[in-house]
Amino acid sequence: MTTSTPKRPPARPWRLSLSDPRVAGLFWQVLVVGIAVAIVVWLWSNAVHNLSVRRISTGFAFLGREAGMPIADSWIDYTPKNTYLRAFIVGIVNTLRVAVIGIVLATVIGTLVGIARLSSNWLLARLAAVYVEVLRDLPLLLQLLFWYVLMQGLPAARQAFKPIEGVFLSNRGLILPSVPLQEANWWTILALVAGLIVLHLVRRRLIAQQMLDGRARPAWPYALGLVVVLPALVSLLMGASWSITLPELRGFNFVGGLTLAPEYFALLIALVTYTSAFIAEIVRSGIQAVPRGQSEAAKALGLKRGFVLQHIVLPQALRVIIPPMTSQYLNLTKNSSLAVAVGYQDIVSIANTTLNQTGQAIESIALIMMVFLTISLGISLFMNWYNARIALVER
Amino acid sequence: MSSVAHLPQDPLPISPRPAPRALGGHFTAWLRANLFASIPSGIMTLLLLFVLGKACIGLWQWGIANAVWVVSGNDTSACRALRGVGACWAVVPEKYRFILFGTYPFDEQWRPALAVAIFIALFAVSSRRSFWRKELFLLWAAALAMIGCLMWGGFLGLSFVTQDRWGGLPVTLILATFGLAFGFPLGILVALGRRSKLPAIRSLCVLYVELIRGVPLISLLFMASVMFPLFMPDGVNIDKLLRAQIAFILYAGAYLAEVVRGGLQAVPRGQYEAADALGLSYWEKHALIVLPQAIRHVIPPLVNTFIAFFKDTSLVLIIGIFDLLTTAKTAIVDPAWQSFSVEVYVFVGVIYFVFCFAMSRYSRSLEAQRGTN
Repeated sequence: MTTSTPKRPPARPWRLSLSDPRVAGLFWQVLVVGIAVAIVVWLWSNAVHNLSVRRISTGFAFLGREAGMPIADSWIDYTPKNTYLRAFIVGIVNTLRVAVIGIVLATVIGTLVGIARLSSNWLLARLAAVYVEVLRDLPLLLQLLFWYVLMQGLPAARQAFKPIEGVFLSNRGLILPSVPLQEANWWTILALVAGLIVLHLVRRRLIAQQMLDGRARPAWPYALGLVVVLPALVSLLMGASWSITLPELRGFNFVGGLTLAPEYFALLIALVTYTSAFIAEIVRSGIQAVPRGQSEAAKALGLKRGFVLQHIVLPQALRVIIPPMTSQYLNLTKNSSLAVAVGYQDIVSIANTTLNQTGQAIESIALIMMVFLTISLGISLFMNWYNARIALVER
Repeated sequence: MSSVAHLPQDPLPISPRPAPRALGGHFTAWLRANLFASIPSGIMTLLLLFVLGKACIGLWQWGIANAVWVVSGNDTSACRALRGVGACWAVVPEKYRFILFGTYPFDEQWRPALAVAIFIALFAVSSRRSFWRKELFLLWAAALAMIGCLMWGGFLGLSFVTQDRWGGLPVTLILATFGLAFGFPLGILVALGRRSKLPAIRSLCVLYVELIRGVPLISLLFMASVMFPLFMPDGVNIDKLLRAQIAFILYAGAYLAEVVRGGLQAVPRGQYEAADALGLSYWEKHALIVLPQAIRHVIPPLVNTFIAFFKDTSLVLIIGIFDLLTTAKTAIVDPAWQSFSVEVYVFVGVIYFVFCFAMSRYSRSLEAQRGTN
């Protein structure tokens, strides 16, 4: 007798009863989606009716109209005569400006505080713990208003604090020395970035060769050539000037230098300190998650301290750190919308003014959401890529 | 045992070395170990002590030594004279009733005070492990209903107070607690939907969670305050506080859904399979077997999420609802007290801190208990 391959059981006929899981599944999906669609249609028909009663035209045509809204702190050219579209772009740039710089500073400070919490120095560890505890347990908006009030309480420009030469802190904000960037400077910076990318590729190649024959090859000559000599040459050839302009007080205000407006500065401090407290906890738990045996084993092999940190402890800690860090970066970006409370004109503040001027509530809020969803998606994609890159590769 | 007995006696027994003698007493030993273990550590300690000392002296002089504690009436000239040198704590006794209870009728303010007490009692009871039973849901329902009755009034001789006169701490607690109480069932449903095998329901839940979590809370609050009226039929006018509360519930639902989903993933597969083998229906399986385990698992992150809501309620300041932070900001609009915002913010900050710190301590103790189990 030959054994035939087992036949698949015949498909059960559909029964029109909720006890059949397939029918039940279909029923529930149709029901839930139906309810959701009905709610949306009902809300939408109400909105269309209300808008026609209030004579508000829908659509994004208003973006082409003249904004007539002054924006004090803008990195791109803008006058109130420009369109709403340009005002929105200014808002997006302002949001990104606070978010990107905030993320970098919060990461640096948070990492330092997180390491300080693990310090063997009792006083340092305690102080770091107090920093984390106090900042985490107060609402961000309260902290922001607090910093802003302190900022407004600073002396006027004439009596500004001068912690070091060329730095002024007054009720006009923080004024720093700056390097005016001409075309030649930008070319030099471009050369530096290109050099760094090439250096990265070269290092990968050197490590791949070392993997083959076990012989270490020094990377520093390449580093010297690509990161120091190349930009220096470009700078010399293009005749770039790197002179620093110090701000100085003329009349009632400062001339020259880089000005961080009080609104921007208060928002930046609040976001950075608040987020750094959370990042500190993430860094601490990440480092503690690496078993002690790992660094002890590395030391027993005779590896140097720096090497152990760079190649044994950090890669393992990063795996624990990166996912929660991503959500902190997203939080910081979303929290930057609190700018509206102190009058820093980020995207939310500009959309809010637009909404009040034109009545285009749905479009303005849709724009805010689109911008934030895009930024969130961008950060998530980047961090997921980075996370995949450093993830544990198992054989 | 016996083999040991036959071993030859050690010819030269080496007595254990004495422990190194601590230099100085117990305290000095501690100092050496924790503050001056090495030269860099010692330098760091001295540096920190210097900075800390300066900060403490400055704060002492501003906050206590030079501070003005009481003024008569609205005469703040004593405070003004010391501006920047000493704090004006007199603003706190002058304004605390407004900051805590907003524009609630002055003679009736025992009602919001009692409501706050009920909230605190509710939190205290819910934090006890022995109360984690089904009856707790009834207790929450009863307590929240009682708070509603107290705040609104309109019976038993209590005068009726409309929501637009509510303010201060009760509003903060109401927004956070009702957000949790209604957002939690919503979050459970969405979390179940996200793990469901039905593609339409799953994608609907994913869309909801990602949309809410992807945008700032402020845009949701703006939506509640300006867009919501547009979406309602004519003549339906929902109160501003209620609209903000709905926005909070939707916001809480999305975040709690993710927390609950984490708990659902932690329940072993065998539990689901065993429930299926017993012939339980989908809802029986989840209500009786899966959810009780899943939720127990995520109580510490739930508390942390609640702390975040509690802090996030302060954002209603931007749409003009009188929560604790808004009343504080409004209290210093009064010209006589205008320049003493720092003092008021410190006062409100202490209130927020006490609540959040207590909750975060509690969450940490729960985690520690779980670690030892």
